Amino acid sequence: MTATATTAGPLDDGKSRRDFLLIATSTVGAVGTALAVWPLVDSMNPAADVLALASTEVDLSAIQQGQSITVVWRGKPVFVRHRTAAEIKAAEATALSELIDPQPDKARVKKPQWLVMVGVCTHLGCIPLGQKANDLKGDYGGWFCPCHGSHYDTAGRIRKGPAPQNLAVPDYQFLSDTVIRIG
Amino acid sequence: MAAVQWKNPVIKWIDYRLPIFTMVHHDLVDYPTPRNLNYWWNFGSLAGITLVIMVLTGIFLAMYYTPHVDYAFESVERIMRDVNYGWLIRYLHMNGGSMFFLAVYIHVFRGLYFGSYKAPRELLWIIGVFILLAMMATAFMGYVLPWGQMSFWAATVITNLFSAVPLVGEAIVRWLWGGFTVDNPTLNRFYALHFLLPFVILGLVGLHMWALHVHKSNNPLGIDIKSPSDTIPFHPYYTAKDMYGLGIFMTVYLFFVFFAPNFFGEPDNYIKANSLVTPAHIVPEWYLLPYYAILRAITFDIWFIPAKLIGVIAMFASILILVLLPWLDRSPVRSARFRPLYKQFFWLFFVDCLILGWVGANPPDAMLMGKISLLVIGQLATLYYFAFFLVIVPLLGIFERPKPLPESISAAVLKPGAAE
Repeated sequence: MTATATTAGPLDDGKSRRDFLLIATSTVGAVGTALAVWPLVDSMNPAADVLALASTEVDLSAIQQGQSITVVWRGKPVFVRHRTAAEIKAAEATALSELIDPQPDKARVKKPQWLVMVGVCTHLGCIPLGQKANDLKGDYGGWFCPCHGSHYDTAGRIRKGPAPQNLAVPDYQFLSDTVIRIG
Repeated sequence: MAAVQWKNPVIKWIDYRLPIFTMVHHDLVDYPTPRNLNYWWNFGSLAGITLVIMVLTGIFLAMYYTPHVDYAFESVERIMRDVNYGWLIRYLHMNGGSMFFLAVYIHVFRGLYFGSYKAPRELLWIIGVFILLAMMATAFMGYVLPWGQMSFWAATVITNLFSAVPLVGEAIVRWLWGGFTVDNPTLNRFYALHFLLPFVILGLVGLHMWALHVHKSNNPLGIDIKSPSDTIPFHPYYTAKDMYGLGIFMTVYLFFVFFAPNFFGEPDNYIKANSLVTPAHIVPEWYLLPYYAILRAITFDIWFIPAKLIGVIAMFASILILVLLPWLDRSPVRSARFRPLYKQFFWLFFVDCLILGWVGANPPDAMLMGKISLLVIGQLATLYYFAFFLVIVPLLGIFERPKPLPESISAAVLKPGAAE
């Protein structure tokens, strides 16, 4: 067996074996190149220390009704709003059929008076206005993005403008009645 | 051309081994050039010279710039205030970007008007489109480096364009950022790429010149070179003409550098980047405004494709469509001088680009005289932009009746009383 296998076969056999060797070598070469390129590509992804950014704890006790604060989580602003009864009512009363990205209000909050969401417009990443008392709040009384004119309602849902999605709600949990941990 | 006989023994020795002197003589001295080139033909060499100025000033800026979010803004201010002639080098670089685009845009419109993209110069044209794309990427990343408010938010908005890609959009954006927002990793890689890309552009310019020198320059009549009497040697005729044009170009360039250095800039970029506050009105540099207007003009979904994705596609398509132009235009006549209808649509297209730029400079919900929505104007202008390439140009190729072409360049130019 070993003796015959190492002996060169007839001419056309040798040719097809050469083709096979060429294709196999090129394939291994191509896969090897791709494997060698991957570390370069992946090096541009977030590094371990960036991924390890700690979660952020927020004390809610100082935030009055109708007030908002902005906290930084993973370098992004997170909006925390103590909603008024009127805002909660407006958000809950909105029919899903009116929404661009339909989501009921209760799916966006853990406790109705506390709205926590990433304050980054889902269009092209600007920070919407509406955190300060005298900011523009848009046509729906929530937030308004000045870059390209997206209007968000009192639940941070997109109502008008180019943004495709509601403002994102991050993972968070209530550690006590007045402290949340984001991330 | 026949080989040159070099007399100097050193030149002779080198040229025998590396024919670099022969090449220069062949491509810059003897090089046969159509005898009727007008001043619109200056802008290619002006763009090339500006590229060299950008690379040179850029290297000196790199000696003082610090690509770190905590130091970038301060290091630029230090260049402006403390480094010897730092203000001059930076203002040359800043305004050089605008002058580079100005020269290139005139160069592109020249090509469009005189049909320089047509056979056999299609590849020459396509390489040019890639140069334009590389320039835009370079300019965008360079704009981020001073780490001002506009830098940061331009980086945020432009990188977020890629989030429109279905399924993998978010992963791509995170990969571009190297984090969860535009941050130090982003600034570092933009600096590395901003340094690299100009050399890629230099390489592309080399290919552009190579392709140019195979079939030689087009000319205002758009007809082929038929005999040696149609041409004159590049030196001294066009070296002199290019130098004269350069003098005027530099006068304009240096006027901005010395007397209005921040004319093209945004005051907000002298505020250090703040990731928690978006400036009230984000605008790109003037040379990107028309594309920005096209991006924002798409506010409606088409079938299942969201508006955001269509906007991004339209923006990239507005440049990439130039690649197809040699095949969209079926007219055998190059120069608009002999194409009475194309000439009118061309100027309309030129005005359309200016309108897009003007719309792009304004807030998205602005109104003209309180009545007409700029969004609608932007949408109509976008419609004309694409209709020009996809409908008007192909139809003109079939239906337009061009005027008779002159028999040759020399016949048209040397005849007493010949038209321009």
